[in-house]
Amino acid sequence: MSLLDARGGTTWVGRRNPVAKVAATVPLSLALLLTLDPVSAGTAIVLELLLFWAAGLGALVWSRRTAVVWIAGPLAGLSMVLYGRTGGTVYFEWGLIQVSQGSIEIGLSTAARVIAIALPAVVLFLTIDPTDFADGLSQTLRLPERFVLGALGALRLVGLFMDDWRALALARRARGVGDRWIVPRLVGQAFGLLVLSIRRGSKLATAMEARGFGAEIARSHAREVHFGGAEVVLIAIGAVVAAVCVVVAVASGSWNFILG
Amino acid sequence: MTRDVSRAVTPAAVRAAGWGWRHAGRRSWAIDGLDLGIEPGERVLLLGASGSGKSTLLHGLAGVLGGEEEGDVRGALLVGGRPAAAGSAALVLQDPDAQVVLARVGDDVAFGCENIGVPRDEIWPRVREALDAVGLDLPLDHPTSHLSGGQKQRLALAGALAMRPGLLLLDEPTANLDPAGVREVRDAVDRVTRETGATLVVVEHRVDAWLPVIDRVVVLGAAGGVVADGPPDAVLADRATELARDGVWLPGRRLLPDHDPRPAGAVLLDAAGLAVGRDPSAVVMGGLDLAVRAGNALCVTGPNGVGKSTLALTVAGLIPPVGGRLGASAPLARGADPAPHRWRSKQLLSRIGTVFQDPEHQFLTGRVRDELAVGPRAQKVPDAEIRQRVDDLLVRLRLDRLAEANPYTLSGGQKRRLSVATVLASRPDVLVLDEPTFGQDATTWAELVGLLGALRDEGHAIVAVTHDEQVVDALADERLDLAPLEVPA
Repeated sequence: MSLLDARGGTTWVGRRNPVAKVAATVPLSLALLLTLDPVSAGTAIVLELLLFWAAGLGALVWSRRTAVVWIAGPLAGLSMVLYGRTGGTVYFEWGLIQVSQGSIEIGLSTAARVIAIALPAVVLFLTIDPTDFADGLSQTLRLPERFVLGALGALRLVGLFMDDWRALALARRARGVGDRWIVPRLVGQAFGLLVLSIRRGSKLATAMEARGFGAEIARSHAREVHFGGAEVVLIAIGAVVAAVCVVVAVASGSWNFILG
Repeated sequence: MTRDVSRAVTPAAVRAAGWGWRHAGRRSWAIDGLDLGIEPGERVLLLGASGSGKSTLLHGLAGVLGGEEEGDVRGALLVGGRPAAAGSAALVLQDPDAQVVLARVGDDVAFGCENIGVPRDEIWPRVREALDAVGLDLPLDHPTSHLSGGQKQRLALAGALAMRPGLLLLDEPTANLDPAGVREVRDAVDRVTRETGATLVVVEHRVDAWLPVIDRVVVLGAAGGVVADGPPDAVLADRATELARDGVWLPGRRLLPDHDPRPAGAVLLDAAGLAVGRDPSAVVMGGLDLAVRAGNALCVTGPNGVGKSTLALTVAGLIPPVGGRLGASAPLARGADPAPHRWRSKQLLSRIGTVFQDPEHQFLTGRVRDELAVGPRAQKVPDAEIRQRVDDLLVRLRLDRLAEANPYTLSGGQKRRLSVATVLASRPDVLVLDEPTFGQDATTWAELVGLLGALRDEGHAIVAVTHDEQVVDALADERLDLAPLEVPA
């Protein structure tokens, strides 16, 4: 279950309603999707680092779980450098690869945009406990509880699936089919996991029903979910970051509207 | 903490009149023509052969059998005078892992209360009371993933109690637990039913653990309907023969004679200073010296979490040792590397066979017959001989009538027999088994342990991880106890 444990839960940001955390990332994501320039995304990254540091979440920015962001961003940028639209001076050419001034600019913008959008999403999501998120979805957004709690229950099974996967691999070795090529072996093992997970899922559903889940009574809520001034402030901070990035990009003349 | 749970519970009566249930798509009824009355506050042990519909009855009383798409119902089934429906009774099931719904202990106990609409102010006092009643002294935000099997079952019980049911239903609640876990859960049930006066219906093969708690035994017949009903002592004495045939563990009855240790056989595997763990950073047990000998059985015992299963996987050559030495002697290695974990999967087959705790983890095909042929086929045994071996094993393990069935559709006892048969098909010198008798009724138990004894006498080396003292008595030439038993205070 360590995969799903929330971090930074005691900080001001960590204690906010998970729905507000997700909502706070929306304005910036929209703004950055509308432009392809390095200035807006670069400004966003600088502001994000400052804000997360100030919020006491600095450690999460460089954690193992955020590493995927720092790796995926430059990789996406590199592919644009090698294969992106050619423009200006061409520095290097080899087959389909053309590294030009234009493709380098696109690459930098792409890398920065991927990081700027993914970093707050990943960091904020790491501070969200799945149970609290489900409470937010059902109580703040009033999504149907059957689906929200069903999904939450399924999430808890992830830890068991990892144990099952391991046991399946060992069992295959014990049964004499562990020497096969990796692809057919993993396909077979994945099918085995699918069968087991369906069985685990239906057992869990029975256990939930055994405790009255799905009874024709309005559910009550053991945990109170707040959505107050602090949540509005958090979303406002997200909106201000987005606005600053747009203003800086337009003022510096690098705003590059993708639909224009 | 005040235990005022009792004030709020109204013990419920149960009445079945000509009640029956049939799963959708099946021709025969899982249970039919049941007439049964249980008075409020009675504590009933429900017995019967597998397939007599005990679980179906409990699921029916708890209202979790599902609607018309799931099956057909006839007759009447009443709880507290009203037709049984979701929320009319609380049900605790066999598998500890399948019943944890939420990540934190407090939230998990509160889940049932939320479902039946208990106001928030009332939920948390109920949660604390219920945890107190089952003796789980843990913070409310304690992660449920860190609980032992016995603790998980007590958590499920607390979740059920917090709903303040007039009827508490337990479906083999202790079948998957070690002896300490069995006592924990049994004592918690005893305490709370005495305090609340709630009606109790429990299904369990191991009768002796539950005798102090119950005051009535009801035996269901294979054809549906009650075949015996009355005070525990009278029913168990009058019906001893039938109950034993149905796989019920009768108190004080020994199923197999004790085994007299045989002379030590040739060493096949030996370990010195062995340390085991799932990965090198997590050593669960170290400094072990042991020898696995041909024609001898080694039983590994010890409390949950001490590393018995990890040791079994290591000895079986499935995971590498994290320290010390584990080596196969020349008669077992037969030219292969002395370290079993370096053997290829195919080399392992004819040398060491492993029976996993959960048989479903090791099934690979959709047919019992094909399942048995997997090993010999990988060993390139000629087709005619594979057919011969498979047919012999089907008969020997009483699976011949199920040869075309899908392994996943078998009963618990049949799955266990099949998982042992799949290993025997490859004729390994060493058999490693992890809790082979977990959750089995007395009939399957006796067959299985008898078979392992026969294999030992034929010259196989047996390594069995078990918490079952009777397995040790009937099988072991040597015992490795991984932690001294705690002296009760």
